[in-house]
Amino acid sequence: MSEPLIFHFDVDGENFTSAGQASTQVKRNLRQLGLSPDIIRRVSIAMYEGEINMVIHANGGTADVIVTEQYIEIILADKGPGIPNVEQAMQEGFSTATDSIRSLGFGAGMGLPNMKRYTDTLEIDTMVGVGTTITMYVYL
Amino acid sequence: MKVSDLLAHGFEAVSLPDGEREIDGVYIGDLLSWVMGRAQMDNAWITIMTNVNVIAVASLADTSCVILAEGVEMPADLVETAQQKEVNILVSSQPIYETAVQLAGLLS
Repeated sequence: MSEPLIFHFDVDGENFTSAGQASTQVKRNLRQLGLSPDIIRRVSIAMYEGEINMVIHANGGTADVIVTEQYIEIILADKGPGIPNVEQAMQEGFSTATDSIRSLGFGAGMGLPNMKRYTDTLEIDTMVGVGTTITMYVYL
Repeated sequence: MKVSDLLAHGFEAVSLPDGEREIDGVYIGDLLSWVMGRAQMDNAWITIMTNVNVIAVASLADTSCVILAEGVEMPADLVETAQQKEVNILVSSQPIYETAVQLAGLLS
């Protein structure tokens, strides 16, 4: 693989049934590329958490995954409400999810912490009222 | 121990596309992000949650199987989804603690 591979997905908002489609497809693609199960797992979980966040908080968005020989870059962009306090949002257990979201098993306040846990770098670019872009790298 | 070996010990198969998969350890939890953060690859995951996101989490977190405790039932359409995504799902009629204790005995 010399040219980077780029996968683009639109993430539906308010749809928990289809949430995870992008990360499942990425998992399949990475498996076909012969990457290690550990790398695939880390990328899949980080991306799924991002997808779920976009569904819960931002009425959807886009997910781009770029695969090179050195790293996998995941860019999640939405036009949601933005994150007023990133430091607080990064704390395990902090969540603004509603009770109905919690009844589905989400809203544990582990989304962003898990994205950080499973990637090598995580950058959050957010503005209240404008949206959020999260860029993550997993090095190969 | 293989996932399919559990069938001889009172566990019932709901979806078993990869019964040959080895179980390495157990994780218990119903909060999905918590499970994704803490469960290890190849763990058997005990839960009472039965929505479609459980299947996605099991697939992405690469657990060896989902074990639904307390005899909870997985809706039929989700069973089909689980098979498509190659996620093993079994049911234990016992409560979570007893299920975990039984697994501990079988895995030791």
